[in-house]
Amino acid sequence: MLETLSNPKTKLHLRDVSRTFKTPQGTLTALEGIDLEVREREFLCVLGPSGCGKSTLLNLMAGLDEPTRGDVRIDGHLVEGPGTDRIVIFQELGLFPWLTVRENVEFGLRMQGVPRAERHSRAQKYLRMVHLSQFERSHVHQLSGGMKQRVALARSLVTEPDVLLMDEPFAALDAQTRDLLHEELERIWEETGKTIVFVTHNVREAVRLGDRVILLTFRPGRVKREFPVKLPRPRNLEDPKLTLMARTVVAQLKEEIDKAVEAEYGYEEKR
Amino acid sequence: MRKSVRQLGFYIVLIALWHLVAELKIWPPYLFPSPLSVLDSLRTGFGDRTFLIGMGISMKRILIGYGFSVACGAALGFLLAASTLVKDTLGGLVLSLQSLPSLCWLPLAVLWFGLTEKAILFVVVMGSLLAVTINTETGVRHVPRIYMMAGRNLGARGHRLLLHVVLPASLPYMVTGLKQGWAFAWRSLISGEMIFVSLGLGHLLMMGRDLNDMSQVMAVMILIMGIGYSVDRLIFENLENRIRRQWGLVAA
Repeated sequence: MLETLSNPKTKLHLRDVSRTFKTPQGTLTALEGIDLEVREREFLCVLGPSGCGKSTLLNLMAGLDEPTRGDVRIDGHLVEGPGTDRIVIFQELGLFPWLTVRENVEFGLRMQGVPRAERHSRAQKYLRMVHLSQFERSHVHQLSGGMKQRVALARSLVTEPDVLLMDEPFAALDAQTRDLLHEELERIWEETGKTIVFVTHNVREAVRLGDRVILLTFRPGRVKREFPVKLPRPRNLEDPKLTLMARTVVAQLKEEIDKAVEAEYGYEEKR
Repeated sequence: MRKSVRQLGFYIVLIALWHLVAELKIWPPYLFPSPLSVLDSLRTGFGDRTFLIGMGISMKRILIGYGFSVACGAALGFLLAASTLVKDTLGGLVLSLQSLPSLCWLPLAVLWFGLTEKAILFVVVMGSLLAVTINTETGVRHVPRIYMMAGRNLGARGHRLLLHVVLPASLPYMVTGLKQGWAFAWRSLISGEMIFVSLGLGHLLMMGRDLNDMSQVMAVMILIMGIGYSVDRLIFENLENRIRRQWGLVAA
């Protein structure tokens, strides 16, 4: 932890990033003037109401999308397209149903042309890390929601990227499973020293996991506020300090959610 | 178990009825042979190896023709799905050509290639290629975007993305195309073989007609049905089931 603080090397740098989309209703500004630095080994949580451009932000970092203005840099180099130094874990995961669990995990290595035997052993290492060794021969549909998440995690870790970009990965899970995955993710993050950008709309999740939480405004998405989270790890959702912290963030988020609700339901609902 | 018992029972009843009608001698036996005489024709046909040779020749033709259809049909399907230019131009043509019965190609094939092997293969290909194309295109268009994103994200580009993501992801649709293509190819082949001394099963059918041997005609028809059915069951149904199991589309 001390080392992290004394070594604040910038991993990802977004400078004045905007992204607009053309829609039938006109131009939609998803993100506007985002300045953001993510430090090496940092766990950054991005929080905001649905439709605030969180996923767009992640896609820009991943290189799956390009900014309309401004630039995204990783280790000082301009991001131009996807790269194996950054891996996205999508909410829908996108595990391949035609492959077994192990083949899914090996996929990235196969694309890099890693020989079979090495693929094998590296996949096994990460399957062990997410406690899925016994299921390496299973097909994706045979697994539970939480297990699928862990496969996706292993699949992303196996190519040893520096940065994990996670797009509401646990949103569809039940509370117990999510708790467990929080613990595992925290442990894996500490073991592997990855930089993680974690997008969520769940405040407690953000505070539970992040070194820092940034709050985005609703349309256009700007950085509204930043909350450093200095609670000791491993953290616990039931920790009163964590709950207190979450409460201050919720108050800020509420304003943005109201705006989002207004945009969606129109003004007539407002009293 | 119960299913096979039912099936067996059905065929026994069917053949018994056939036998009964033949015994009633409403039509002369050379027009309506009894099952026993058809069985006899089958035995003679296999005995003097004419049926085996016929099957061998037909199978060789279909492997070449169908193989070509699958390779080119799938490639064309990918092209249609990938390029709007191709879709807007060739797309309509493909659909309208697909509505042509393959027999329509026969006069053209004979004029172009004469009474040759090529003419038969041409009819087989024209009969089956577009079914593969259309289903491949549908399959590729239905590949969920998330698989493409996940694939690209994990470093798959260009032909690797095609080979390792698009192709397997469109397989459930493609199998339908392969199966349909096979059925069309088989039918086209038999019709094509009927036009000249081609030695295949279609030719044996016509030979039965020329010799006024209805038993042989029916024996060959049974053979054609048998092969069509077995390939469908043994190859395509297995393939479909395997994909369904892997993807979790049915309870295992």
